[in-house]
Amino acid sequence: MDIHEYQAKEILEEYGIKIPTGAISYSPEQAVYRAHEIGGKAWLVKAQVHAGGRGKAGGVKICHSEPEVLAAADDMFGRKLITHQTGDIGKGIYRVYVEGAVEIEKELYLGFVLDRSTQRIMLVTSGEGGMEIEEISEKKPESIVRCKVEPAVGLREFQAREIAFELGVDASLVQQLQKTLMGCYSAFRTLDATMLEINPLAITKDKSIVALDAKMTFDENALFRHPRIAELRDKSQEDPRERNAADRGLNYVGLTGEIGCIVNGAGLAMATMDTIKLAGGEPANFLDIGGGATPERVTKAFKLILSDQRVKVILVNIFAGINRCDWVAQGVVDAMENLDFTHPVVVRLAGTNVKEGKEIIKKSKQPIIQADDLMEAATKSVQIWQNL
Amino acid sequence: MSILLNENTRVMVQGITGKLARFHTSEMVDYGTKVVAGVVPGRGGEKVDAIPVFNTVKEAAKETGATASLIFVPPPFAADSIMEAADAGLQFCVCITDGIPAQDMIYVKRYMMRYPREKRMILTGPNCAGTISPGKSLLGIMPGHIYKQGSVGVVSRSGTLGYEAAYQLKELGIGISTSVGIGGDPINGSSFRDILERFNEDDETKIIALIGEIGGPQEAEGAEFIGKHISKPVVAYVAGLTAPRGKTMGHAGAIISAYGETAEEKVEMLSSVGVTVAPNPAVIGKTIASILN
Repeated sequence: MDIHEYQAKEILEEYGIKIPTGAISYSPEQAVYRAHEIGGKAWLVKAQVHAGGRGKAGGVKICHSEPEVLAAADDMFGRKLITHQTGDIGKGIYRVYVEGAVEIEKELYLGFVLDRSTQRIMLVTSGEGGMEIEEISEKKPESIVRCKVEPAVGLREFQAREIAFELGVDASLVQQLQKTLMGCYSAFRTLDATMLEINPLAITKDKSIVALDAKMTFDENALFRHPRIAELRDKSQEDPRERNAADRGLNYVGLTGEIGCIVNGAGLAMATMDTIKLAGGEPANFLDIGGGATPERVTKAFKLILSDQRVKVILVNIFAGINRCDWVAQGVVDAMENLDFTHPVVVRLAGTNVKEGKEIIKKSKQPIIQADDLMEAATKSVQIWQNL
Repeated sequence: MSILLNENTRVMVQGITGKLARFHTSEMVDYGTKVVAGVVPGRGGEKVDAIPVFNTVKEAAKETGATASLIFVPPPFAADSIMEAADAGLQFCVCITDGIPAQDMIYVKRYMMRYPREKRMILTGPNCAGTISPGKSLLGIMPGHIYKQGSVGVVSRSGTLGYEAAYQLKELGIGISTSVGIGGDPINGSSFRDILERFNEDDETKIIALIGEIGGPQEAEGAEFIGKHISKPVVAYVAGLTAPRGKTMGHAGAIISAYGETAEEKVEMLSSVGVTVAPNPAVIGKTIASILN
């Protein structure tokens, strides 16, 4: 789960990380008031969206007067910010963070990730902050300093010190950087984060180490023990289709094609999407209805798929292990009898109770197109879609 | 031989009193698995069907001689249950639970390192379908009837794609030595590499099928290991060619976040070490058959 920059900064401040003075606003007028409260001569007006690349997309503006703050915020509110991470639909701007500008001497990169290869928390730093980490690893790979954390003892101070010296910061700043690294690790570990990034972490002209940006992602499987973090979920930043699905306990990812998929199992759902593509079509979504799917759950999946205006054809692919083909078939028939739609439906059933399932479909007299294997199902769906 | 599991393996089920655990325990018993104990703290002395329930894994192991465990414990407590199994000296543990916090799994893996390799429990999962040595024993939630006994070793992150492969093979009259689900989580007990190594040493396994997906480094590590150490033919399929970057596709671990984690890159790495990659999931069985003949 992602949170906003200002929320990550509030959390990190509690763990001893220095941040510039700033405040959140929900309207352009409030943004001006915030700038006035903060004082000084220059402010950053920053769109709060769950995506990187805000600066290049016009989501961060430096302002030198209160009217400039008003104009910048006014331009942002209600608009969709499209960055290289959001796709064409963009992310709505409903909150703007106003922050006092600081004078920067040097920018560092600081990140914590769960490293799947070593199965450890890994600290990644570089003296070349400001650029994205992908760009740093391409242009200045030698500047990257990594450090694995031994889970039994956590990040040790000597490791933080080693990094500080390796990054070449002034000896007078080593202790401050060490404190920042230890604080970030502590937040990451305590709150079950999966990613924490401060880019840039600035050394200011007055020799202070300050987080100018902050990004944190949390493990959704651990939110049960962090109710305060769970409350920071911002539904306005989620794809409405995915939000609907998540609220109904379905595992869904919206895509851009026109063939809707209803599948059991994450692996098979991905494989179904791939097969549609191989057959010459484009999938509209990833959807895993899970094990033990009842007719009601299948109907719910139909409702979800039909709420996507893009969908023209529906493909149901079930390999029943702990599922039952007869239940799924009943769900498909129920959906076609009770929901108002005319989309062609292709169904492939295999596994447990497949004979009974096929029989239910046959008896129903609904215009359901059956297929025996995945390739046949995908090919039929694509052909129908092409002839619409 | 098969790997990890055979007809003599004595099994306990941790969390046996839950609804799902009861159902799958009876399915396993029907298949022929020797389920000899259940473990639920505070429920010691009870019975589930005819299976005695114990308070601790140590007690269950001591009283029944169980050496393997299947875990159905809910996510907040599952990591603790895996550590309990490791500490009791079990040899093999399958964790079905989906939704264990990733950092809990880091601690589980670290905890298991306190035992020397020869005494260390083998963990598969979490978030997996289990392991089956067809005709011998089933430790998991898969439908036993779609598996035929034979000489193909299957290792898969996804449960349903493992079923798909088994079913296609059975239709072609081809059987499986052991099928191992390693699960869809980012931090898991056994990797492709770990299971490949075991299949390579198993006499009954003549050919290995690796079923991967987007996200994580384990297909790449598997490919490197195949290139250096595997003498048997390997067939692979990788799901997620159409999956967008940065999105979690159902499995917590199925997310493209770094170089080498897309399906295309994984297919390329596997092909470069001589693995035959099935172009689509409908021909996994046929691809294996073509190499067997």
